[in-house]
Amino acid sequence: MNVLVCVKQVPDMESKFTVSSDGLWYDQSDLTYKINEYDEYAVEEAVRLKEKLGDVTITVLSIGPDRVKEAIRKALALGADKGAHIKDDEAHLKDPFQIATIISNYAKDKNFDIIFTGMQSEDRGSAQVGALVAEMLNMNCVTTIVDFEYGDGKVNVKRELEGGIKAKVTAKLPVVLTCQLGLNTVRYPTLPNIMKAKRKELKEFNVSEFLNVDPKVITLKAFVPEKKKGGIVLEGAPDEIADKLINILKEKAII
Amino acid sequence: MKLLLVGEYKNGNIDDSFYELVAFAGKLGAEAVAFFVAPTDIKPEFNGKVYIADVEKAKEYNPKVHRDLILKVAEKENPDYIVLSHSSYGWDLAPRVAYKWDAGQISEIVDVDNDGFVVPFCNAKLRRLLKPNTGKAVLTLQSGAFAPAKEGSASVETIDVDVADEGLEFTGFEIVEKGGVDLTKAEIIVSAGRGVGKKENIEIVEKLAKAMGGELGASRPVVDAGWLPPERQVGTTGQTVAPKLYVACGISGAIQHLAGMKKSNFIVAINKDKDAPISEVADVFVVADLLELVPILTEKLSS
Repeated sequence: MNVLVCVKQVPDMESKFTVSSDGLWYDQSDLTYKINEYDEYAVEEAVRLKEKLGDVTITVLSIGPDRVKEAIRKALALGADKGAHIKDDEAHLKDPFQIATIISNYAKDKNFDIIFTGMQSEDRGSAQVGALVAEMLNMNCVTTIVDFEYGDGKVNVKRELEGGIKAKVTAKLPVVLTCQLGLNTVRYPTLPNIMKAKRKELKEFNVSEFLNVDPKVITLKAFVPEKKKGGIVLEGAPDEIADKLINILKEKAII
Repeated sequence: MKLLLVGEYKNGNIDDSFYELVAFAGKLGAEAVAFFVAPTDIKPEFNGKVYIADVEKAKEYNPKVHRDLILKVAEKENPDYIVLSHSSYGWDLAPRVAYKWDAGQISEIVDVDNDGFVVPFCNAKLRRLLKPNTGKAVLTLQSGAFAPAKEGSASVETIDVDVADEGLEFTGFEIVEKGGVDLTKAEIIVSAGRGVGKKENIEIVEKLAKAMGGELGASRPVVDAGWLPPERQVGTTGQTVAPKLYVACGISGAIQHLAGMKKSNFIVAINKDKDAPISEVADVFVVADLLELVPILTEKLSS
């Protein structure tokens, strides 16, 4: 079986974000980067499938500047077989339609049976790329999966809806699956596997090989939102702020 | 300007999110028609034309069929924008429709501006102003961003499409058991988030909940990690609550959590990150390490 996992490298969302000098994105310097959390579940699920079936080749793809190689290496250390880095220093300025086009142009002649990716990225959060890739490659697609099982040329998945409800869906291969948080428990890479990952194939491509479309959405500007609600902010020594908080709650007759 | 609003029919009802789409059309001053996959006798409170595809035939989850139905209505009505909620139904369907309609998509709109549409990014710490580069576009709206507008009665036309999807089969629903905990009835909820760090620390928050006479809640990462059971989860995929007091301990405030608790009467957030989006809804924002502060609070409240 031939499996592709698409991963994005994103900053830690706990970071302090400021608008970049071109006014269109966040300032990418001085941030700590990691694999998009949703995509980590995608990598883990692919590796579990390989462990179960044996005859599975997992390719990990990432688009972006040189730093995204770290994300690919991490996925290789988790158990993927080879990496594809599509080098693009301006990936952040591409819209989801362009990103999906790059992925599907890379994938179109490679006969992937399953493409796993996250249901969205933590930074942009458009939740479009997976479903777009499926449309472009004419594959089946189930989004937001929280449960996965393979058998008999089909996948049985559960997709998460609102209010604690899940929809059970069976899909034939080839299929694109977008992963929701909590799909599995992602393993920690072991030191030997981190070493092994360094010797695995990691091919670099230039984005111009795969991108042949204009964006369908344009960013006019990025900005810091105004605070909606002027709540009270308590800062200082824990003992003092605990007293202050209790006083407020008592004044408001809440406790 | 004309919009095609794609409503949702869920658990035997027209989902209220439909009326947020109606409000959005009003805000743009646009004409609107609507589409539902639903029983053909539903009566949306909406002044306009509604196309209904029978849910018996089109099924509740059957994206390719729903996509083609929407495209059929779009062909008849020629809208500028097709609008859906940014929900599990909407974000699944929107890109499929956008691609086949040869249009761009803007996801999770929270506001409109003269020039375009405002969307959050980086866990809502920043915003972007986006504009379709194509004449038409598919738009999804963040749940709760536009106050619902309910008015009038629709003229209904049924619509059918002769396509089947051989590749995908929806086989039913699975519902999380509530397990005796009904957070919607609690007057005080004290919730633990990712900031607790590890399972052993849940106890710290649980003790505060007890000292306050409240129920223990959780954000998604805590449930995903198996530190607390799913029936304790607050948020769109868990329970939507509105207690007298909601205390969020170490919860950054992802939109799906905020949507599940922002109607609480009084909200206290305890978080190290002053920029955490939970600050947007907090009446009191305590900048502190919960592991340090919460035990002190518990002790003071117990004595």
